[in-house]
Amino acid sequence: MSVVATDAAEVERPPALPRGWPRHRILGYALVCLWGAFLAGIVAYLVLAWNGELFAKYAPSYMTGLGVTLLLVSISIVLGAILSVPIAYARMSKNRVLSGLAYAYVYFFRGTPLLAQTFLVYYGVGSFRPQLQAVALYLPVVSNWLAVPLGDYLPQLDIPLGITIARLTLWDFFREAFNCAIFAFSLNTAAYQAEILRGAIQSVPRGQWEGAASLGLHKLQTLWKIVLPQALIVALRPYGNEIILMIKGSAIVAIITVYDLMGITRLTYSRTFDFQSYLWAAIIYLVIVETLRHGIEWIERRITIHLHR
Amino acid sequence: MRIALRIALAASAALLTLGVAQAQEKTLRIGTEGAYPPFNNLTADGQLVGFDIDIAKALCDEMKVKCTFVAQDWDGIIPALQAGKFDAIVASMSITPERAEKVDFTHKYYNTPPAIVAPKDSDIKGVSKEDLAGKTIGVQGSTTHFNYSTATYTDSTIKPYPTAQEYQLDLANGRLDAANDDIVVLQQWLDSPDGACCKLIGTIKPDEKIHGPGAGIAVRKGETDLVNQFNAAIDAIRANGKYKEINDKYFKFDVYGGES
Repeated sequence: MSVVATDAAEVERPPALPRGWPRHRILGYALVCLWGAFLAGIVAYLVLAWNGELFAKYAPSYMTGLGVTLLLVSISIVLGAILSVPIAYARMSKNRVLSGLAYAYVYFFRGTPLLAQTFLVYYGVGSFRPQLQAVALYLPVVSNWLAVPLGDYLPQLDIPLGITIARLTLWDFFREAFNCAIFAFSLNTAAYQAEILRGAIQSVPRGQWEGAASLGLHKLQTLWKIVLPQALIVALRPYGNEIILMIKGSAIVAIITVYDLMGITRLTYSRTFDFQSYLWAAIIYLVIVETLRHGIEWIERRITIHLHR
Repeated sequence: MRIALRIALAASAALLTLGVAQAQEKTLRIGTEGAYPPFNNLTADGQLVGFDIDIAKALCDEMKVKCTFVAQDWDGIIPALQAGKFDAIVASMSITPERAEKVDFTHKYYNTPPAIVAPKDSDIKGVSKEDLAGKTIGVQGSTTHFNYSTATYTDSTIKPYPTAQEYQLDLANGRLDAANDDIVVLQQWLDSPDGACCKLIGTIKPDEKIHGPGAGIAVRKGETDLVNQFNAAIDAIRANGKYKEINDKYFKFDVYGGES
């Protein structure tokens, strides 16, 4: 440390910033003003174009669309996270076949557009209907409930009486556009999340593994108690980015008739021809992304408390 | 700096002369969808063909202007007209009050009724609200058929699709119980191998308030001259037999509908 300190005294200072108004500074201010004017223009447009009737008519469907977007993204992200663990494991495996398969999976889902994947799942799977109907799952389903009244102030008690076996086929799952969307989105985000997880785990120095081994810790214990807590700090930002990308990426889902925020926006626009509809959608997306960003920053501040001095 | 300035000046001068040359020749750019056979469709090699296209060509000949065609997604077709990407829409667009607030329409150039199709093993008996209760109906979004379906079949699930091809796929796949569109479009599909899955349930009596008087040509608001030219041209090709010739090329019956 002391060596560094003596060097620092001799280091030349960077040249002082030029004073006055050089050309690039004027340009910078001009650009900022331009952006400011652009923003002010949008705000002014929104204020001037405010149409209460339109808002009252379409605001509820925007909320429904927002709900669909959030539900779709949250389910896909969680399923993708679960799926990404074995993929990341396979990717790091020493078994050539296993790592090759995982690599191919990631290669395919990162290398093709989400739009194409969604379209393939929805319309492609749809053309294999007879085969899908052949694959059946038999589940017991309560077919008859006995309602027992428990008095005026208690909820009634429902006792299952009849149980029948329901035949559920794969087609029953893939028939629904929403399920197809969840399926495609989960597979897609699993590929990205697996890479995030793998990168984060491999970013933890080997010495940590070796140190834990020398203390006699089991591999799983090492992973769970030593490596993962360090890896997840590294992975947090990429995870946040992945969620944000997913939210924006989900806007394509209207092509398979799932009407999310963007789909509702397009329907609204095609009925009103009012540009406001897109602006409102942009604002809602912006609010979601900003909220997420701040949430992730908050988590990061919390989990890196021990690193701050 | 000097050289860049000169090049810029030369380029803008060239552009100006080009603009003048184009204005003298007078081309009319026509926007259409290209996914609505037999009215307008893109062939495998990217050519626009169909009834709309032939009618537009006949009208342009009548008006003695040169026409070029632009294929544009249905959802954005009116905004694209307003933004000046083309000068007129000839794309089987129904004349509705909602649209007439944004664009000006010519007279109708054809009027065919809407219809309902369903898979061959379907138990749907008719086209009333009760007949379709509880069913899932596919329809192209942002169309009069979509508006009609959502307004009429309130006990059914309405699924809007980006183009006609997608609800046709889903009808064949079995995701839909029925579909609602123009009879001509549906009949053409039913007659093709892809439509082998399905049958015609029946036609719907057009609702003037929703379906309007028929399909017209849309131009930007206030371009009355162009509207008048188109109207005169429609009357002319109706009178001189050109319309009938095109009509007979595509259909076995008269798609113009009654005089209105």
